[in-house]
Amino acid sequence: MTNSNKDLTRDFSVVGKPIPKLDAAQKAMGRAEYIQDIKMPGMLYGKILYSKFAHANIIKIDTSKAKALPGVYAVLTGEDVPKKMKMGFYKDNPPIKKGKVCSFRDEVAAVAAKTPEIAKKALDLIEIEYEELEGVFDPEKAMEKDSPLVHEYHKSNVLKLPWSLHYGDVEKARKDAAFVVEGRFSTTWVTHCCMGTSGALAIFDANDNLTIYSNTQIPSLAQKDFLEALKTMGLSNKRVRVIKPIIGGGFGSKLDTYAYEHIAILLAHTCRKPVKIVFDRQEEFTATSTRQPTIIDIEQGCDKDGKLLFRDIKMILDNGAHTSWGATTPSVMMMPITSLYRVENVRYDAKCVYTNNTYSQAMRGYGNPQATFAIESNIDMLAQKAGIDPIEFRRINRNHPGDITPQDFKITSCGLDLCLDAAEKQLRKNYSKEKGVGIGVASLIHVGGGARIYKSDGCGALLKMDDYAKVDIFTGGTDMGQGLDNITAQIVAEELGLLVEDINVVHSDTDVCPWDVGAHASRSTFVAGNAALGAAKKVKKKILEFGSKILDAPPEDLVLKDRLIFVPNDPEKSMPLDKLLRKAHFSPGGTMLMADHFYDPANENMGKDFKGNMSMTYTFGVHGVKVKVDEETGKVEVLEYVAAHDVGQAINPLLLEGQVYGGVVMGLGYALSEEVVHKNGKNMNANFRDYKLFTAKDAVKITAPVLETPDKDGPFGAKGIGEPGCVPTAPAVANAIYDAIGVRIKDLPITPEKVLAAIKKRDE
Amino acid sequence: MTTNISFLLNGDEITCDIQDHWTLLHLLREEMGLIGTKEGCGNGECGACTVIVDKLAVNSCLFLAIEADKKNIETIEGLASRDGSLHPLQQSFVDNGGIQCGFCSPGMIMSSKALLDENPDADQEEIKHALAGNICRCTGYIPIFESVEAAKKLVAENKGGQND
Repeated sequence: MTNSNKDLTRDFSVVGKPIPKLDAAQKAMGRAEYIQDIKMPGMLYGKILYSKFAHANIIKIDTSKAKALPGVYAVLTGEDVPKKMKMGFYKDNPPIKKGKVCSFRDEVAAVAAKTPEIAKKALDLIEIEYEELEGVFDPEKAMEKDSPLVHEYHKSNVLKLPWSLHYGDVEKARKDAAFVVEGRFSTTWVTHCCMGTSGALAIFDANDNLTIYSNTQIPSLAQKDFLEALKTMGLSNKRVRVIKPIIGGGFGSKLDTYAYEHIAILLAHTCRKPVKIVFDRQEEFTATSTRQPTIIDIEQGCDKDGKLLFRDIKMILDNGAHTSWGATTPSVMMMPITSLYRVENVRYDAKCVYTNNTYSQAMRGYGNPQATFAIESNIDMLAQKAGIDPIEFRRINRNHPGDITPQDFKITSCGLDLCLDAAEKQLRKNYSKEKGVGIGVASLIHVGGGARIYKSDGCGALLKMDDYAKVDIFTGGTDMGQGLDNITAQIVAEELGLLVEDINVVHSDTDVCPWDVGAHASRSTFVAGNAALGAAKKVKKKILEFGSKILDAPPEDLVLKDRLIFVPNDPEKSMPLDKLLRKAHFSPGGTMLMADHFYDPANENMGKDFKGNMSMTYTFGVHGVKVKVDEETGKVEVLEYVAAHDVGQAINPLLLEGQVYGGVVMGLGYALSEEVVHKNGKNMNANFRDYKLFTAKDAVKITAPVLETPDKDGPFGAKGIGEPGCVPTAPAVANAIYDAIGVRIKDLPITPEKVLAAIKKRDE
Repeated sequence: MTTNISFLLNGDEITCDIQDHWTLLHLLREEMGLIGTKEGCGNGECGACTVIVDKLAVNSCLFLAIEADKKNIETIEGLASRDGSLHPLQQSFVDNGGIQCGFCSPGMIMSSKALLDENPDADQEEIKHALAGNICRCTGYIPIFESVEAAKKLVAENKGGQND
């Protein structure tokens, strides 16, 4: 590939260095303030009462005893919620339900009290009479004609969403194919398990302007949601300030606004006092949204040489009782479906179906892990049928730089070939086939240059420099632990010839930070990074112009480095940057250095046919895994893991590795152990003992080769890497298990029980 | 019921009245404002609230405050020197990417400290074992193991910080 951008070839001082996370020291000292740690004078504690049934009419609610309890300031029911206050893009979810509940998670009342203990006691005093209704918990049953309706007004359990595409001619390609393989795959509920639970603190000022502290990945969109909420409360033209404390993990869970935030707002307004709601761990399991469960029917075919001819997928998604972003994950599933490998003929149809289960949300990968599980498992099946080595099969069909995929994605940089080589090399090192041991690979494509889901995919940045050459940069981007603060600081420091400690990144307050669409789609390094870079470039231009006058040298001869401005090889022409800035400030007609930049990538919204270059660049990767399967117990042991990614340019290798390791281990949980168990809509394992995520004892050896193919549009060539680590993990594991013992598990998680059942079937 | 207890907290002698049903976590966080000790689950399942009581790492959410009487309690706030320099474990967690969202970090560091105070040469398996009760969702644990490894030598030299 060619790169005209000279940023990509220069030597870096700060970019590319493993600089520790800027807030790590205060976190290590226990000084970081999370929502759990924030208290206000006069603050009340809010608590929420949830439904006792998966599906029931509410006959009567009596709150009189709760209201009479000393220390209780307010008790709210669905009657107290403005009629138009509804959450989610489908607007089917009031923060407290009225008349009917549709899942165990449905909120039926809320209280605000002086202490958490009083609030909890008050919940116990609320008396509710229900009339239980027949529920529906299987999305396929919910699609049947005589199924109970989750929402009668909706007339059908199938959501009115347009997830259907057909490019090329799948029927013809099927006839032309030499080999065709089909399969039915399923994925279940898993949950984010952020170590810091969800919470919000709402306060109104004397003029009914709202300040809300909230764990959110979307400060600007949350502000919009809350402004709309205020409007339903009769509070028009008010201000909403969203302050984001340090977040104890996001992973997509905080990509929408929720009942606890709306309820905190309602309680705070009712009581005229600050009200904080923080989830306990059980609530975090039962009342936050999961990854979207799916049933996937897939068929793929290739010619006799292994060239992929078509991919045909039908999918059913359990929407749960209400709608959040989980119902839009098919829009991202389209990416691997149409664009992972070269495949001209693709068809996809997805239906989101209401059930009386919990509802889903974004979770790291946004549908990509589910779709890639089916595609990459099925690719191995197809390769086997065609008699081609699975890695070679992927090489034959790999994407290339310059490709335009059937969905009109423009592939710019693409290191899929390099990733395949790196993963294979690592995996085959010292490998010899032995009983019960196998290897497997799976590839990924993900958005790496923003994702135009909303009308704007932009991010703003404001930058100011003081008299001591220290920078404050106010970014719309959100750090939730992944390290955007560092990425921003390193980019700005690089551009302005400063050190990272000279840069203060402010990313927490809508009153001072510009708009951003949110920390999603692995977009922050690329989009917020480019916003920061744009502001830094503008300031740099001013510095060079002023420096040119003071040092009597053409601006193009001047270099900013190590806090100095100088002409290389001319010791006479050099000055500390802070001195130059003071000269600029304290002189007649003086100036301060400030700049703003709004970066909106030149990616495209998808059209009605879902075509459009959603991202400015795409990240590729290949994961390989070596497993050992114990045929007596069904236990799968991960012996070795390699996760190779094409990241453009690594801005910070330390944080990059952290994203990959964390993603992979989350993906291994998805593959092997994690499942929110629901029985007729009821969460049966709402604790860390029964929800099996990987612990230190389960940790595996991971190597993470970083393939750098600098991208012409990325800041210093960088692409996004937040989500890819957990995208192809499950199919890589499933493929390795097949290689080890010849059984194909198509349902996640791949528990010992499922492995044993498959072995039994194999041996029959 | 109220009881008067005395204990050593990060080297300081503390005497206070507590409610008998309070957990040590409640006493530290809600009554004393020591927010560094985190509540991740309240059930002893995640380790975010780990503190050291008489050299043993314990889940302060399961440990009654009344049991702290006459004991030596160490929390994350006591690790750094009073001149502000970080304890070697804190520094190595910072330097090796052992901290992302940071919510598990105080507990992780306290469990690691209890281990290295007792067994300065702990090997990989012993480190994994000592941290088995501390859940981290961000790092995949690898940078945390690397942090503890890197701290081992420094901790031995430093003899575990100011409380010893």
